[in-house]
Amino acid sequence: MSIDKILVLISGFFGVGFIYWFFLMRKENIVDVKGEVEITVSGGYSPQVISLSKGKLTKISFKRTDASSCLEEVIIPDFKIKKFLPLNQIITVEIIPQKTGEFRYSCGMNMYHGKIIVRD
Amino acid sequence: MKEVKKSYQIKGMHCASCVLMLEQSLLKVEGVHDARVNLATGKATIDCNPEKVTDYQVTQAVESVGYGVVSKDESDHYQESKNKELQDLKVKICISLFLSGLIVWGSLPGLMGTAPLILQNYWTQLILALPVQFWIGWVFYQATIPALKHRSANMDTLVSLGTTVAFIYSTFITLFPQVVEKVGVQAVPYFDVSTVIISLILVGRFLEAKARAGTSEAIKRLIGLQAKTARVVKDGKEIDIPINEVAVGNIIRVRPGEKIPVDGVITEGESSIDESMVTGESIPVEKTKNDSLIGATINKSGTFLYKATKVGSETMLAQIIKLVEEAQGSKAPIQKIVDRVSSYFVPLVIILAILTFVVWYVFGAQSGFIFALLNSVAVLIIACPCAMGLATPTAIMVGTGRGAERGILIKDAKSLEIAHKINTIIFDKTGTLTKGKPEVTDVIPIQSSKLRVENLLLMAASIEKGSEHSLAEAIVKKAEEDNLKLASVKNFQAVPGHGVAGVIGEQKIILGNRRFMEREKINIDSLRLELDKLEDQGKTVMMLAVAGKLVGLIAVADTLKESAKEAVGKLQRMGIETIIISGDNQKTASAIAKQVGIKRVLAEVLPQDKESEVRKIQQEGKVVAMVGDGINDAPALATADVGIAMGSGTDVAIEAGDITLINGDLNSLILAINLSKKTMRTIKINLFWAFGYNVVLIPVAMGILYPINGILLNPIFASFAMALSSISVVSNSLLLKKARI
Repeated sequence: MSIDKILVLISGFFGVGFIYWFFLMRKENIVDVKGEVEITVSGGYSPQVISLSKGKLTKISFKRTDASSCLEEVIIPDFKIKKFLPLNQIITVEIIPQKTGEFRYSCGMNMYHGKIIVRD
Repeated sequence: MKEVKKSYQIKGMHCASCVLMLEQSLLKVEGVHDARVNLATGKATIDCNPEKVTDYQVTQAVESVGYGVVSKDESDHYQESKNKELQDLKVKICISLFLSGLIVWGSLPGLMGTAPLILQNYWTQLILALPVQFWIGWVFYQATIPALKHRSANMDTLVSLGTTVAFIYSTFITLFPQVVEKVGVQAVPYFDVSTVIISLILVGRFLEAKARAGTSEAIKRLIGLQAKTARVVKDGKEIDIPINEVAVGNIIRVRPGEKIPVDGVITEGESSIDESMVTGESIPVEKTKNDSLIGATINKSGTFLYKATKVGSETMLAQIIKLVEEAQGSKAPIQKIVDRVSSYFVPLVIILAILTFVVWYVFGAQSGFIFALLNSVAVLIIACPCAMGLATPTAIMVGTGRGAERGILIKDAKSLEIAHKINTIIFDKTGTLTKGKPEVTDVIPIQSSKLRVENLLLMAASIEKGSEHSLAEAIVKKAEEDNLKLASVKNFQAVPGHGVAGVIGEQKIILGNRRFMEREKINIDSLRLELDKLEDQGKTVMMLAVAGKLVGLIAVADTLKESAKEAVGKLQRMGIETIIISGDNQKTASAIAKQVGIKRVLAEVLPQDKESEVRKIQQEGKVVAMVGDGINDAPALATADVGIAMGSGTDVAIEAGDITLINGDLNSLILAINLSKKTMRTIKINLFWAFGYNVVLIPVAMGILYPINGILLNPIFASFAMALSSISVVSNSLLLKKARI
């Protein structure tokens, strides 16, 4: 096997490892929310994982600064919420979680994801 | 008076003192008990008495301190900006197609011979490809860069990665052809690949956006039903005011052909109302004084006055819109499989693209580098996670919207999914299979009395006039319908559990059940045969005696809905077991069951026990739907796999069921089940195509067929297939609009 092929093989190996590490091994940074939180929508959701208390009213404000049409809708299915997010405007939803657990939310095409953790 | 909460979007706020000023101004409005303003969300929320406070007063209060209320119409602005976005995209697509067309002409073998030399020049191609890559294709980078910052990826990541690789390689060839030729690679750029991919994917995106707009048409149509103004009568004058300023208690005039602005009750006049837009019922309904009206329906003939009883978010239409919006935001259980795949999909595709490059380069033939490059670009481009993401929600949107058009409100996607599996339906009797309003069905005078039917009815109605019993109401109503003039009654007496008695003229008259006749020692033998027959039919029979002698009997029954028998028959033919549940005695319940053709009867079930009866049937392994009015059987509806609430017009308890049939027509039940079946079929086809597409074509793009039959997928065809895949999914969902249910 020629040297260039060996180099491509090794690079490919590292490339696969890098992609796996970069996309699939990132740590979740959980933000504790008391009453209100603003989530910036740009290339994903920031903060991506929020933790709320069961039975308490929480206002989640989404601000989309990313022009990608992929992110123009946010869906929180367990709370039956689907909102259009106009660019650079704040859209607020109010939820009162009734049960504990992890609830995912996503963009309209189910491409970007976030998580709401409800604790006692 | 009930207090309500109202929210307004405020514009012009910039600091904490604005909050204080606004709150103080809002609290000064009479009827506002509490006001809270949030600077972050720009929202003012008030607790108020809806009879006293109108939106107009709130707007005035906000404007008096220098701010503004964002009117509902401004939400149309979003739609406008969306339209503008699509218009811009259209222009860019045209430019992109033109530029990439020139590049293809100058570079495609077989075609390039006909192109001017200048187009065949690599430098010209580079100049033409630059704006496509970095101006028109900027949207892909715009989405990729922030995503990478979050260590996440999406479809744009794949497109920008694929086209950038092709573009950089081609640019390198153009700038340093001798370098690649030295390593034995033919110096041919692939600007056609990068530009055509961008053009085709944008065309796909444009068509998909257009089609997706169609999936949310139902909500727009419902919102569009709302009247803009109302003609309110105040101090003898009629004034047109905006709909959001109408308060509960306002008297509104509606003329022929006009829309009824809000929910209410007729106070004067009568008319025929077309309620089809809300209930799905195509035949206009006759309405007169004290009848309730649904806002957004159309007055066909007469002019009338009515009193507003529900306004703003309380109206039937507003509740329907809210319910449909919520249902469209919910997730069907079938989507779980997509969720699991979607988190790993894009990184997996990038990994597959790397592996494709490595395998082709290391194990490929002489020109392995070009094959490796083009195939890995094809892998990146052909993968279409969008189709998977759109498969379920678009079908749910069209399905729930289609239901709303026919007066079928589906609370969430889960209910829509379960409804197609229903194999047992339990019907509550009163108000569901029957009209819930007793009617006189038989008036039988005894032959020897020589009384005519009218006389018998007249005497019974006259004596019942003083009673408040629902059976009495039925008899009096029947007499009124027959235009009988009631006689005056002396010494009226109601005997609970027995009947009523009184004197007409000089004769003592008694009307009541068997027990009453026995107590008064009246012989009923002459009508015993008829009596037994009527009771076997589930009717309540009352006997009339004049001066101690039986003269006839009157039967009252809660009559079946016209649609009941037909609907039950259809459901049985669909293989669904039907059961009747009722608090009535076995005889009455069985009689009704027999009339509609239901074999299994659960009689004498107290309202609180209906829930456990539902549970028992579920334990038989059945998927149970419970159909009731949603008012006194709410726990049973909640226990059933699908709770179906039905009523008529404003009487329906919308929130009570998983599915609500607004028009009270039992045939809507069949429509709801068929709609569920059709929607699930659409979802399954969508998922099959979306998954099948990716599972089949990604390996083809990797070149898996090459060793077998030499087939390789050009990245240009990959982009074409990718654009087609999400359009086909959305289009398939749109077919639901035309499906027969």
